[in-house]
Amino acid sequence: MIKKERHVLVIFPHPDDEAFGVSGTISSYIEMGVPVTYACLTLGEMGRNLGNPPFANRETLPQIRKKELQNAAASMGLTDLRMMGLRDKTIEFEDDEKMIQLVTDLIEDTNPSLIISFYPGLSVHPDHDATARAVVRAVRRMPESERPTIYTIAFANNTAEVLGEPDILHNVEAVAQKKINTLNSHASQTVWMMRDMEKRLAEKDPEALKWLHNERFFTYKWDQDFE
Amino acid sequence: MEIVKPEHLQELLDTFANKDVYIHLETTNGAYAAHFKEGFFNAGAFIRNVVVKYELGKVAGESPHRVGLKLPSGWIYAQGITHYTVDEHDRLLMCGLDPDGKLAVALEISETPFTY
Repeated sequence: MIKKERHVLVIFPHPDDEAFGVSGTISSYIEMGVPVTYACLTLGEMGRNLGNPPFANRETLPQIRKKELQNAAASMGLTDLRMMGLRDKTIEFEDDEKMIQLVTDLIEDTNPSLIISFYPGLSVHPDHDATARAVVRAVRRMPESERPTIYTIAFANNTAEVLGEPDILHNVEAVAQKKINTLNSHASQTVWMMRDMEKRLAEKDPEALKWLHNERFFTYKWDQDFE
Repeated sequence: MEIVKPEHLQELLDTFANKDVYIHLETTNGAYAAHFKEGFFNAGAFIRNVVVKYELGKVAGESPHRVGLKLPSGWIYAQGITHYTVDEHDRLLMCGLDPDGKLAVALEISETPFTY
């Protein structure tokens, strides 16, 4: 059961961050008539997968990933995609206030009842954690009664120790094909993984189906604030 | 990009010598290295759009090659270079790809600035 929202604001640093664990949720909201905005901070300029033989180089990769992101948005039915123009792997070195303001501006513009992002300190990639910090700090500055809920993704190896189990479970089986299309849209990042995954899905491998059909989030809890 | 032909790469390095050029230099194990292999010591470096003038550029060794640039009072080098191309903006793009096609090192030389 996915709860109806006024507006959902998704904030991630890299094209494809949305694909693995959130694209089914995004597609579901859109099918429910809930407007969704996806702000993607960078174009994944520093991605390492160039292929061998290579299909891209360091300078062409951003344009390839931009196109993939636009295709992914189309696969999810998402029309409000915002590319924020920062550079991959530099988010944590940006001015903290500038990052908070970036999130505040997005909140003021979209008036979300729900924000989806990473969990600060438990999201492995420095860009993920930096994005998460900016989101939490921007929302913390709002009056409590006006704060949107924050659903977070956490996947550091010690996540269960710190946060326990995710409290929000979305079954997205009804939009599974859209999720597969979204994952495939990011071919420069996913083609190797999806080759194996589509085979397992065709064989109805229970673990693969569980991975595809279930999206899990930790609601951000202000009484367990990260700072 | 193609697999480096050392004689050709040497010719290209010569064409950028003794003029102001923009450099992109990067080494990386990927942001997830220590996540997938706990205890892995993840190190790397990145500079982009630093202007230098080198007096001698050399490609050395068998593939993966080393490429070194001698500056008036310093050095730049990269090791592990396997692939190269000259793009439509006449920039010399070199990188080292591991067998899975993942970039481990990049050295790029251009007479005009790289994008952001």
